[in-house]
Amino acid sequence: MEAVILLQWTFDTFLGLGLLWLAWRALACPDLFRAIVLFVAFGLLLAMAWVSLDAPDVALAEAAIGAGLTGALLLAALARLRSSETNVEVAGQPEKKGLKVRNPQWLPVVVLLPVAAGLGYVVLSLPPDAVGLSAQVAANLETGGVSNPVTAVLLNFRGYDTLLEMVVLLLALLGVWSLGGAALRREDAPGLVLDTLSRLLAPVLILVAGYLLWVGAHAPGGAFQAGSVLGAAGVLLLLAGWRLHAGLAALPLRLALVAGSGIFLAMAVFTLLMEGQLLKYPPAQAGILILVLETAATVSIGVTLAALFLGGRPPNKQDHR
Amino acid sequence: MILSDYLSAALLIAGAVFFLAGTLGLLRFPDVYTRLHALTKADNVGLGLMVVGLAVQAESWAAAGKLLLIWLLILLAGASVAHLVAGGALQRGILPWKR
Repeated sequence: MEAVILLQWTFDTFLGLGLLWLAWRALACPDLFRAIVLFVAFGLLLAMAWVSLDAPDVALAEAAIGAGLTGALLLAALARLRSSETNVEVAGQPEKKGLKVRNPQWLPVVVLLPVAAGLGYVVLSLPPDAVGLSAQVAANLETGGVSNPVTAVLLNFRGYDTLLEMVVLLLALLGVWSLGGAALRREDAPGLVLDTLSRLLAPVLILVAGYLLWVGAHAPGGAFQAGSVLGAAGVLLLLAGWRLHAGLAALPLRLALVAGSGIFLAMAVFTLLMEGQLLKYPPAQAGILILVLETAATVSIGVTLAALFLGGRPPNKQDHR
Repeated sequence: MILSDYLSAALLIAGAVFFLAGTLGLLRFPDVYTRLHALTKADNVGLGLMVVGLAVQAESWAAAGKLLLIWLLILLAGASVAHLVAGGALQRGILPWKR
């Protein structure tokens, strides 16, 4: 048995060191494309660290959102950055000529050292064997409506956290949309391989999203994991050249985007009026209410992530008038 | 240890050997095309061996089926992505390595 523990310990040590090294490389790398690849590798290793910590829910979310979709978003941003650089050759020029903008390298260190010291102090001053809240969660799981404690915490006991996360996602998309329209559709055909792959995978991904959503009630999974898989299907279709029909880009798209936050907010107001407490569901109906909330959240998260990848407001019918 | 444990261990180790070979090829081969060859060929077989090794230990047929599904999906995605990367490299005019 000791050999197994030693092996586990060695693996965890390499994992931790690898994470630190990848994080440093991703930050220090001057080539942005390489930095993004390192960031994706960092996300995958981080997901393994979560698995090692017995947190498969977080690991799923980290792998799907942190490594997968964030990587795709960063690559899309990089592509836009490069195309705008070739159009406007101003960026970075004045620095080299007259004004010498000095960027002191020690300044971040001065700021970050106290932060690191403070964080270290906080971590070290934690009680060595904290009880945590898992006992409380386990005691109240009966009234939670679902048997997966993570889903019970996210959607019931601390539902307002998830509500705010949904709003944050929506605000991020509003920020991107306010910057301009979507990138123009690529003229060249996507090619047979990408076309076939997207046609084969999109239905499978939608099925997987539904499965993750459903299984979240009693096993690792849930709205964010399902939503990011749905978003991945959208990204794949967008890469293959698919674009939302202009008739659907106005109201239907917006409805899908706000469905999660909207239904969540409506539920919050309703429970506040009926039960006198924000997002306190009646125990008998908690399961079905959570499923409704999670379904709406999944659709919104998926559509929002795909829309973020598109990187701008898609053109709709009103624009053509 | 019963027979199925030995079978699992043998399959997992064989899979790990393929992963090691794929990683070595990825690091040591001279250009993008040969690296893709090392990566996809070795990883597909390596992952297949790992999946079979884990499926032997699966508690139910459904769990074994899920593992198999993961392998099939990775076969599809791996082959397609390798094709896309190689196609992109050819389009950019990267010539295949010649001795």
